[in-house]
Amino acid sequence: MPVERRTIKVDALARVEGEGALYVRTSRGRVTEVRLQIYEPPRFFEAFLRGRAFTETPDITARICGICPVAYQMSACRAMEDACGVAVGGQLRALRRLLYCGEWIQSHALHVYMLHAPDFLGYGSIVEMARDHPEAVQRGLGLKQAGNELMRLLGGREVHPINVRVGGFYRVPSRRELDGFVERLRRARDAAVETVRWVAGFDMPAFEQPYEFVALRRPDEYPIDDGRIASSGGLDIAAGEYGDHFVEEQVPHSHALHSRLRAGGAYLVGPLARYNLNFEALSPLAKEAARGAGLGPVCRNPFQSIVVRGVELVYACDEALRLIGQYDAPERPYVDVPPRAATGHGCTEAPRGILYHRYTIDAAGTIVEARIVPPTSQNQAQIEADLRDVVQQSLALPDDRLTLRCEQAVRNYDPCISCATHFLRLHIDRT
Amino acid sequence: MPAPKRPKLAVWKFASCDGCQLSVLSLEDQLLALAGRVEIAYFLEASRGTVAGPYDVSLVEGSITTAHDAERIRRVRRASRFLVTIGACATAGGIQALRNFQNVKEFLAAVYAKPEYIQTLETSTPISAHVKVDFELQGCPINKAQLLEVLSAYLRGRAPGIRSHSVCVECKRRGTVCVMVAHGTPCLGPVTHAGCGAICPAYDRGCYGCYGPMESPNTASMSGWWRHLGVPDPAIVRAYRTENTNAEAFRKAAEALERKSDPHAG
Repeated sequence: MPVERRTIKVDALARVEGEGALYVRTSRGRVTEVRLQIYEPPRFFEAFLRGRAFTETPDITARICGICPVAYQMSACRAMEDACGVAVGGQLRALRRLLYCGEWIQSHALHVYMLHAPDFLGYGSIVEMARDHPEAVQRGLGLKQAGNELMRLLGGREVHPINVRVGGFYRVPSRRELDGFVERLRRARDAAVETVRWVAGFDMPAFEQPYEFVALRRPDEYPIDDGRIASSGGLDIAAGEYGDHFVEEQVPHSHALHSRLRAGGAYLVGPLARYNLNFEALSPLAKEAARGAGLGPVCRNPFQSIVVRGVELVYACDEALRLIGQYDAPERPYVDVPPRAATGHGCTEAPRGILYHRYTIDAAGTIVEARIVPPTSQNQAQIEADLRDVVQQSLALPDDRLTLRCEQAVRNYDPCISCATHFLRLHIDRT
Repeated sequence: MPAPKRPKLAVWKFASCDGCQLSVLSLEDQLLALAGRVEIAYFLEASRGTVAGPYDVSLVEGSITTAHDAERIRRVRRASRFLVTIGACATAGGIQALRNFQNVKEFLAAVYAKPEYIQTLETSTPISAHVKVDFELQGCPINKAQLLEVLSAYLRGRAPGIRSHSVCVECKRRGTVCVMVAHGTPCLGPVTHAGCGAICPAYDRGCYGCYGPMESPNTASMSGWWRHLGVPDPAIVRAYRTENTNAEAFRKAAEALERKSDPHAG
């Protein structure tokens, strides 16, 4: 007999970065309310950036997130260089992309193996999973380590790299230093290909959504550090036009602002969006891995995001090897960026999706205004929409399994609540 | 014979970026061995399963910025035998302590359209301002080898071998030419706590103080040297006011410079 009134409570949703809560209410078998509550205490970066020097943004904004500091550094540098009318190209840009590949590898390996795979295989953590799947766990740890090592080589350390500055780097590596890393990366690439095979065998809930995907896009390369902002609904704009097409709204139940498309509503950023908008730009090996996993150029099942992350792991290793192969150390580690009074925009692909920065600086380079839109705050509305449908489709499940399914649906997004502002607590009220 | 009981480890998060607790997960080579030696009883970022306290060792990341968290850290303390703060947020209040020098209401209005929805304290404070702390591991982020040392020390019942000298010693040990002497690059190394391995000078930049003050920093001399190198006072003040802005030695050094620069100061 169906239960009319049920309340499900989970005190803390685990294996996400940060703190949030989830509240779901159902009435007579229908979902009436879904709230992703984010009560990570705010840290006010945008406020205390005012009055700082434009050159300080890579070090300061890195501290927003320990998992994707490079994304913050890259969007900040791009925005400041845009404001000052300077373009960083050639080998300096290649090195930035290479550093970013390291962050993608580290962050995706963390999510696939430590945070998400345990959901599919029925474990509470990677430590428990390691007892039955020692080989897979060792592979995941090795991949993550390769990403960390690449970040350390180029950035000085993996968390809050010290080598990034507006205009480029403090020191650039020699050809030899990079060549020494090739063998390590080849092994990582093999591990990434194996990762895709492994996760493709997981049992995936049948669930598809008519998403509006938003990601950077470039015709010639898979987007990481550069591109126009595109959507599956036909949007195609420069980073500087972001504010004309997206709005941020404050909702009472979240310390992270919700983003919406002015012309539409909720949208999805991250691996799934990048993949759907840029499949053709993947490397042949990454495409082959995707096909081998049964994925076509379109994927609308958010639970399969773990497979797409695997494909992006292959791509990031492949791309890092390509960048090293064509590397020729630049004469100077950075280009000069003289300040001027202006507003600049920067948008790059953090592992979790587009990260937009906008700064207004004065003629001396002092920051007058700062605006930062992290990927997780952009995904909040879509996560809530997914949860609504997941719960609706899965009402027949007993409370414990429904709760787990909800958590898994949230983890599809690899939410980084530290970024978005943090604690996920699940509360389902059924009346 | 039953297996000996493993000590219980808990990892707690307050206002922070997650980077220091990520260091635990980044112990790729030692993670599984560690999980064999201690029971990871509470670590939400890594595990859905939690075990009730008391805990033998608690690692605390993050600073206290809400009334709710001020209460929560007291509960953590009560449930913990040995409490270690990890990182600049937990040890000094973190970069978010930059609010301590400004008007929080104005900060709220700069970020949020409806500030009334947000509950926050006027200040961001270190864990030690609220409860007794058994060991403070400095760094933004912490060094994972040092974290392993602190945990091993606890397991063996000895004091952690964490040196409190300056970054300069690490530069010498690493064989890095002094960037300040050789290139005139302003560097906070002489007043900054060791532990990072002196990364910045090895990458041709000055230390920016992310490990916070060393044991006995001569900040007055440091500020004098920066002036000598042509750095204007407001820029020196900003250099002290980053990740460890609320650490006593750095806070006082910045305030001393502001007093000197203020024509109305007594």
